[in-house]
Amino acid sequence: MFLDSDLALSALRALTPILLAALGGAICERAGVFNIGLEGMMLMGCFTAVTTSWFTGSPWLGVLAAALAAAAYSLILAVGAVTLKGDAVVLGVAMNLLAVGLTSFLLRTVFGVQGTFDDPDLAGLGEIAGFSPLTWLSWGAVAVAAVLLSRHAWGLRLRGVGETPEAAATLGVSPAKYKYGAVLASGVLCGLAGAQLALGNVTLFSENMTAGRGWIAVVAVMLGRALPLGVLLAALLFGLAEAAGFRLQGLGLPQQATDAAPYVVTLIALFLTTAKRRRKTGAVV
Amino acid sequence: MTPQPPDPSEPAFELIGISKEFPGTLANDRVDLAVRRGEIHALMGENGAGKSTLMSVLYGMLRPDAGTVKVDGREVSFASPGDAMAAGLGMAHQSFKLFDSLTVTENVVYGAEPRRYGFVDRAAARRRVAELVEAHGLAVDPDARVGDLPVGVRQRVEILKLLHRGARTLILDEPTAVLTPSEADALFGVLRSLTDAGRTVVLVTHKLREVLEGSDNVTVMRDGRVVARLRTADTTADEIAAAMTGRSVALDRVYETGAPGEEVLRVSGLTAAGVHDAELTVRAGEIVGIAGVAGNGQSELVEALAGLRQVDSGRVMLSGRDITHASAARRRVEGLAYVPEDRHAVGTAPAASVADNLAMGHHRTALSHKGVLPPKSVREHAVKLIERFGVKASSPGVAASALSGGNLQKLLIGREIAHDAPLLLVEQPTRGVDIGAVQNIHEQLIAYRDAGHAVLLVSAELSEVRGLADRILVMYEGRIVASYPKGEADERTLGLAMAGGVDSARPEAEAEPVVPASRTAPTARPEETAQTAQTEKGA
Repeated sequence: MFLDSDLALSALRALTPILLAALGGAICERAGVFNIGLEGMMLMGCFTAVTTSWFTGSPWLGVLAAALAAAAYSLILAVGAVTLKGDAVVLGVAMNLLAVGLTSFLLRTVFGVQGTFDDPDLAGLGEIAGFSPLTWLSWGAVAVAAVLLSRHAWGLRLRGVGETPEAAATLGVSPAKYKYGAVLASGVLCGLAGAQLALGNVTLFSENMTAGRGWIAVVAVMLGRALPLGVLLAALLFGLAEAAGFRLQGLGLPQQATDAAPYVVTLIALFLTTAKRRRKTGAVV
Repeated sequence: MTPQPPDPSEPAFELIGISKEFPGTLANDRVDLAVRRGEIHALMGENGAGKSTLMSVLYGMLRPDAGTVKVDGREVSFASPGDAMAAGLGMAHQSFKLFDSLTVTENVVYGAEPRRYGFVDRAAARRRVAELVEAHGLAVDPDARVGDLPVGVRQRVEILKLLHRGARTLILDEPTAVLTPSEADALFGVLRSLTDAGRTVVLVTHKLREVLEGSDNVTVMRDGRVVARLRTADTTADEIAAAMTGRSVALDRVYETGAPGEEVLRVSGLTAAGVHDAELTVRAGEIVGIAGVAGNGQSELVEALAGLRQVDSGRVMLSGRDITHASAARRRVEGLAYVPEDRHAVGTAPAASVADNLAMGHHRTALSHKGVLPPKSVREHAVKLIERFGVKASSPGVAASALSGGNLQKLLIGREIAHDAPLLLVEQPTRGVDIGAVQNIHEQLIAYRDAGHAVLLVSAELSEVRGLADRILVMYEGRIVASYPKGEADERTLGLAMAGGVDSARPEAEAEPVVPASRTAPTARPEETAQTAQTEKGA
């Protein structure tokens, strides 16, 4: 049987980093900041988590440091796009490229290795009832984000800021403040995503280890229409694709082909949803 | 309606000696304005007269260079709109500032939500909005999504926002700019009920008719100064217009009938999305006007004629040639010029220079030398048209976006008239144009007709259609429902036809249509001429 509970479990594990990052992306999206720097923020989280865990021996301090580091890193986007009114897409791409270079460089200077840092003494996160604590946390975060966005005054204001910032400003709600908050929140969530990837899914750091998960999270934001539950469903789809990829590898398919599974699913999903939206709006060009 | 007896002892606010200078212009020059509690006070003036600057000073968005602001008799100095709101002022901007995806209730309480542990207390918010709706007869569903509402109702949501924040003085900037006549009437009903309840309304507008019908007092500004303070009951449209422009302006002039010749345009059985079975002809030396409430197929009809909308069935003949399915470019070759409704997005390229904008369309014909446009010819062409049509532009090289609405419209109409095409399609030629420029545009269209061209005019301004058109067609729900020769339809008849108060489609009927006496159209809103409004006020 191809689809069984093992596959489902491994899908749930694979989805956690994507889900956390996508949740951050969704919050930014609702606040009107198109955040494609998720990948870079996540990678900063991976590196910080591994480094801190290695030097302190505490994976939990690693998680905390990852969240703080990625939040600090996200300030590039906040300052650049909100205060300086730069192009969020350009900034996001730059952040992603910078993160790859910066973490590879630091890997060499801090650990003196190239490619991968891997050590049996590196403390990982462990499991609670079969899942990483951050996996449990990610589900909680979905629920909290859903409730805050739809019911809390912050959520109402954030949504308003994202939709019509001028209207919010005339009512005394500062769009810049809410956008900063959203970007910083996405930084924290991406830091957690990175910690999960480097100390949960595996226990190591390797150059560019996020391998496009941040981009998949961006797509999950679009597919899930920036709704926490929608993002959860989209992330689930990608988790399933990743898990199915491993499974197919076990069936003898070449690794290069199976590794492509999540990306192929991404492409198909993008095609289908944009085609559907086109039809709905009746746009011809 | 009886104006509230104003209580002179209680000004809602006073502006004393306000001056504000921007680099190059003195936007406000020692302006005094006192508005009494409980009145509807109209602040009038052409674009650039200084109204917006003055209101921005009052609302804490600009700091005056000199002068004092007093609210409820106390001297104040607002650093932000937030301060002004706290003092009981509220401003609704010309372009609505609403969240389309949120409900009415959410829009109204946004930023000042009733809360419980930080969460929006939705029941309390809804109750609050329902109370405000009830108290002021605003007829808005608190649960409706704002994006689904017609503009007239959105305007009420803007007012609810101000009321929720406790505004005692409401400043409305061009509140009727996007409203249909009946929506505007409804708005004035709401404003009157607000002043009856002791609130004060300041109306910033350049629409004479509304001011005459709906206000108690008028202050007119020109070139940064107050040039007239008038009691609405004692004034006339002509007096206000003269104060606004500094010269006497012939308002609502009815021009001589033209001398129609050969048929230029024949439309038979034209059906397209939004247009059903339209029949019409336009002859050389004739202006045919199409009246109708916005959204009844006029734009769609013109687009189908201009080649921008696919024709499903029927025929369009231009000077005897079939252009039903011709491209827009082909139609221009066949002799069609077009002034579209949206001059910013469709009619011109705002980022391009005035000269380039004037060259557009002419680039295929007069200006092209074997496909090359010599910059010298483009410039000369521009200089010629700028002079001929009185466009105020500092040079042909400035961006079109730097022109005022009236000047941009003169540019657009001039460019199209210069084609000398047998047929000119004109949509909303004077929407948003200062009254000083309106007359100029009207005279251009009449001169074009008198030179033996055919003109099809679409306008939401009844006085414009009545003044210019030799024949008036009325569109309702995509059909042409009535046709009147010049002078045979008063505004009341037209208003009724525009609201669908005509029996059946009577394309090209020359006689006055039979209007069933039993059917009164509540949405019909015969626009008053200056004269009738005046007598009404005087009565």
